[in-house]
Amino acid sequence: MLLSLAKFSRILHLDPLARTARVQPGVRNLAISEAAAPHHLYYAPDPSSQIICSIGGNVAENSGGVHCLKYGLTVNNILALRVVTIEGEILEIGATALDSAGYDLLALMTGSEGMLGVITEVTVKLLAKPERAQVLMAGFDDIEKAGAAVAAIISAGIIPAGLEMMDKLAIQAAEDFVHAGYPLEAAAILLCELDGTNEEVSEEIKRVHDILQSSGSTSLRTASDDAERLKLWAGRKAAFPAVGRLAPDYYCMDGTIPRKRLAEVLARIRDFSQHYGLRVANVFHAGDGNLHPLILYDANKPGEMARAEAFGAKILELSVEVGGTITGEHGVGVEKIDQMCVQFQPKELTLFHALKAAWDEQGLLNPGKAVPTLHRCAEYGAMHVHQGQVRFPGIPRF
Amino acid sequence: MVELILDQFTEAIRQAIARQRPVRIRGSGSKDFYGGAPQGEVLDTTAYRGIIDYAPEELVITARAGTSLVEIEAALAANGQMLPFEPPHFGPRATLGGCVAAGLSGPRRASLGAVRDFVLGVQIMDGNADQLRFGGQVMKNVAGYDVSRLMAGSLGTLGLILDVSLKVLPRPKAEATVQFECDEAQALQKMNRWAGEPLPISATCYHDQVLTLRLSGAETAVQAAQAKLGGQALAAGEDFWRGIREQSANFFRGNAPLWRLSVPSTAALDLPGKCLIEWSGALRWVFTEAEAGVIRAAAEQVHGQGTMFRGTAKPQSVFHPLPKPLMDVHRRMKRAFDPHGIFNLGRMYSDF
Repeated sequence: MLLSLAKFSRILHLDPLARTARVQPGVRNLAISEAAAPHHLYYAPDPSSQIICSIGGNVAENSGGVHCLKYGLTVNNILALRVVTIEGEILEIGATALDSAGYDLLALMTGSEGMLGVITEVTVKLLAKPERAQVLMAGFDDIEKAGAAVAAIISAGIIPAGLEMMDKLAIQAAEDFVHAGYPLEAAAILLCELDGTNEEVSEEIKRVHDILQSSGSTSLRTASDDAERLKLWAGRKAAFPAVGRLAPDYYCMDGTIPRKRLAEVLARIRDFSQHYGLRVANVFHAGDGNLHPLILYDANKPGEMARAEAFGAKILELSVEVGGTITGEHGVGVEKIDQMCVQFQPKELTLFHALKAAWDEQGLLNPGKAVPTLHRCAEYGAMHVHQGQVRFPGIPRF
Repeated sequence: MVELILDQFTEAIRQAIARQRPVRIRGSGSKDFYGGAPQGEVLDTTAYRGIIDYAPEELVITARAGTSLVEIEAALAANGQMLPFEPPHFGPRATLGGCVAAGLSGPRRASLGAVRDFVLGVQIMDGNADQLRFGGQVMKNVAGYDVSRLMAGSLGTLGLILDVSLKVLPRPKAEATVQFECDEAQALQKMNRWAGEPLPISATCYHDQVLTLRLSGAETAVQAAQAKLGGQALAAGEDFWRGIREQSANFFRGNAPLWRLSVPSTAALDLPGKCLIEWSGALRWVFTEAEAGVIRAAAEQVHGQGTMFRGTAKPQSVFHPLPKPLMDVHRRMKRAFDPHGIFNLGRMYSDF
């Protein structure tokens, strides 16, 4: 049975002095910021789908966005939830006060993919709109240098509002699509946005400019006004649809890795790309290590979709291998459920099942999602052991 | 060495299961006063110490539960970084494990977040003596339920925390503390209004007709905010905020029970006794002899809740009682982690 919350689309209460908004789960992310705008407030998490994505879904997935290194994820920006349990009990979780009694069920509920209860109300925190925001763009002839520049900015004690990286194929696709003015010859570009008070931004822009200059950037530009800032961001925000123009289909991955392993991870993704015979464009939330490789394929060509999926699985397993995770913000659902077996040991999965049972003993909410059964993991493991006997023997596996 | 200590933990938990006797998880004991009266045999975590990994440019530190906060903060300070939630120590040897288990945050909480906001990953030993790892050392991670953050503030009732990975942040380049004279209603109004403006306010405190603010950020930004807001500069700002955080300030000297009320920031609260306000109004410390029921009713009236923070005669429940359906969920979750009911019995609520 499908339980749609799309009609729960009202903003119930907005308190500008206390800086909170109580909304129904079907309210769009951007609509909250729009409602808060007259009070010079906004809701910080801004996933790139913010025009259409709903806050209920954001809570279910713990969505991030380009500003989450500085402003946090959904879990850091919500105060309270009203949840209906499978038993029909209504629970008030969290509070408009900052702390509440008992376990941090607000954290548990965030990112739980609808497995534990049905969210019927969300109270979010609103923040003061920064006085000023300014963006710099730097091009690099080597992706490793771009990665080092990111580390240098953060080591200098600066937390940019946004810090995004794109590789050559992503740059070309975006430039071709929105003409943002990106350097086409670059192997990677960095977009670094600073926000805060006027004085803070003036000081940090200067420091970041110096860092980027001494990090071996081949081109460097500071947006002089808001129009230019938005144009530079337009390329990044349109990166997914832009890449979508390069091939009939693309498969978006969502691993998170420790930033210091970036160059190595990208090199190995290049190897995978050659091995599977599929192109890949990389878009990277560089500040927080969340990598979105977009694998290009054509579903109409026999075997390509399966190859793309196998390629994607390798990327996720690589993310775990270097100390990261299979999903930074998109969630597990059913698509990444097999990779959960790579990230977690049976005893950890068993605890997840016990937690699920503490809320939903019969497993009626979103059955089959988010956490694999141990049986499934055993079968998934077997798939790798007996290489010759899997469903697509023609696909290279390594 | 480390393996040996883990073996001891495993053995202690297995013994506790076998004998059906509770285990009391304890670091330095700096927060022994907090929560329900501890019961059971002490499981001392202090030997399981040390920073496992710290990469300043990744903004992540991982350390064992017995590591002292002093050691962690010194390592961070050497790299110009800090624990963003500014935890109270309440003792010279306060440990990371205790800090996360207690879930208490300091003055910076309203602007940057609480302990739970910065927990990225944990390794725990559950009630079957199994070692489990959740979360990781990366900023974004939505694989599986967020057990790591759940540990923050769980008072050791769900498991023995072995190590924790935390997100850290750069220390502000400059800080200044300014004071204003006003009454409580004006202070609440000002704190909330300013929090909604682009000002670099990192802490607030109101007590006895004086509103104190801390400004943090780039030198020029702090100066500009100071010029805009006015007020009287307080030279010994650092001491002031330490006094609030560690409760060594004059206000906290008293014998009456000390209540910690968490309420919506704009709420007007009417209780007998002396009061100190933090977190732009969201945290109220109240010394009062009033009955627990009276205090909690006042808090509930403004949609808040109250903890008896310090006091000799503790009420039946130190923490605010939960509605039955919520309590049932808590009990079932406790059983999922600790099926034999051995960890920190009675520390949070009477039966867990």
